[in-house]
Amino acid sequence: MSPLRADLEIVADWVGTGDRVLDLGCGDGRLLRHLFDSRQATGYGLEIDPAGITRSIANGINVIESDLDEGLSDFEDDAFDQVILTQTLQAVQRPDQLLREMLRVGHTGIVTFPNFAYYRLRYHLAVRGRMPMSEALSYAWYETPNIHFCTIHDFEALCEELGIHILERRVLSHDFKRPLLASLIPNLFGEVALYRICRA
Amino acid sequence: MTGAFPEDSVGLVTPRTVHFDEPLSLDSGRVLPGYTLAYETYGELNADASNAVLVCHALSGNHHAAGYSAPDERKPGWWEACIGPGKPLDTNRFFIVCSNNLGGCHGSTGPTTSNPETGEPYGADFPLVTVRDWVRSQARLADYLGITRWAAVAGGSLGGMQALQWAIDLPDRLAHAIVIAAAPRLSAQNIAFNEVARQAIRSDPDFREGRYAATGDRPRTGLMLARMLGHITYLSEAAMGEKFGRDRRGKPDDYGFNYDVEFEVERYLRYQGQSFVDRFDANTYLLMTRALDYFDPAAAHAGDLAQALRGVTAPCFVASFTSDWRFPPAASREIVRALLDSNKRVSYTEIRADHGHDAFLMPVPRYREVFTTYMQRVAAEVGV
Repeated sequence: MSPLRADLEIVADWVGTGDRVLDLGCGDGRLLRHLFDSRQATGYGLEIDPAGITRSIANGINVIESDLDEGLSDFEDDAFDQVILTQTLQAVQRPDQLLREMLRVGHTGIVTFPNFAYYRLRYHLAVRGRMPMSEALSYAWYETPNIHFCTIHDFEALCEELGIHILERRVLSHDFKRPLLASLIPNLFGEVALYRICRA
Repeated sequence: MTGAFPEDSVGLVTPRTVHFDEPLSLDSGRVLPGYTLAYETYGELNADASNAVLVCHALSGNHHAAGYSAPDERKPGWWEACIGPGKPLDTNRFFIVCSNNLGGCHGSTGPTTSNPETGEPYGADFPLVTVRDWVRSQARLADYLGITRWAAVAGGSLGGMQALQWAIDLPDRLAHAIVIAAAPRLSAQNIAFNEVARQAIRSDPDFREGRYAATGDRPRTGLMLARMLGHITYLSEAAMGEKFGRDRRGKPDDYGFNYDVEFEVERYLRYQGQSFVDRFDANTYLLMTRALDYFDPAAAHAGDLAQALRGVTAPCFVASFTSDWRFPPAASREIVRALLDSNKRVSYTEIRADHGHDAFLMPVPRYREVFTTYMQRVAAEVGV
């Protein structure tokens, strides 16, 4: 398997040895496979895409076909150490409800999402007058599964409102690199935001 | 016979039987003095007997799961879609075993076989057996074949329940459980369908309280009705609509004004019912439906399925079909949820298919793909 993307490397670093992990929208199961192998983690991936489910099975992870919009009612309170949601928050019907669910079933949540206030996206909208597209957001407006874009400011305001405590934030720019500007003015120069959250 | 059968079929197969002399205690409290199991095998058992897969059949199935019993057999075994070279249960890798359940009517000890105490067929005197009894009886078959641990126990519908029962009762004897289109227990609606089927049989004057063998006649009408009813529940409305619609003989508005077969769906059901009567025994049908009704591993744990599954060690692959209303996806999800609650290794997929419950018997591409992938994982684990 090819190496993890830079954002997933950071996510993996946040997972402790032997943690019980739930990966929401696990794709081909690559992150979980990595966590099973490198962190002796256990747990499950949830995925809705049939091709992702098949590849997850091939990768030897426990994958459950699930629609995140139906919540996490299959899982008990505090069933996991970590509940992970990478690049999927913007694609669910109710991000606020899913965040609550994440911290119901897990002690800690890890959330990554494309920052809609990233300067290149602002340029698309402000100067060209077109709905933004970028490498992190590669869909045209009419076909995008991403229905709830948010910015770093939006996300942090929502956490505040929901009583969610932010333990750590990382910001990556283009190509998931970590340049100086993104840490100075994250909401403008950060293309991808990564958070570690818990109940306040 | 080379070339006479499809390339991805196991081809010509020969059923075998094995007799066990040791008495078998049943859940009902009764004891069978000994019993015979009819079974078939496909593929080769490897040197350390690690590549064996037990396939469990559904209500009306038997040990003939794949291939052809005779060069001129019209239809192959019931799980031909999934067993054979290159198929999910790949006979190039696995040694597949399928036995006729105890109480069956195709070679295993059951109502049609002779009661050693009387020398007459058991008929209605054959004890009611449970899914747990089947697991017990099959464990001896595993011993006989030199298989201490199945690479997987697999089945659809009632067979899926049996695979789950294996995982519960004999966790050390299987590496994986494949539970397809199954349920943790029958719903009231399901038991109701079974009851109508049983009443159709039992109210047939030729049934004679199950002692019809001596008369040379059988409750043909009752068994036919039971099968017709069952068959309706195995198909989805969409599948029936697509297959038959309102097609009928003659012009669309030229009705016969009688009760002869007119609509194609009538012809189909009657054909299914009649051909079933020729190959199935009414007492076995009663017994199998009752075994289904009684299956409920959670019952012994105050309804707590997670508790019932606590001893399971085999990773489970659970699959359901969207149009299955007999054992709907929600029933499979209940199994999955209980496995999750007890931290078991489980993968679950819900396959989009229009065929209804019978989809588990069909070569649905998505089904074959995901089932094949899972079995490749099993094969890799046992090194075949």
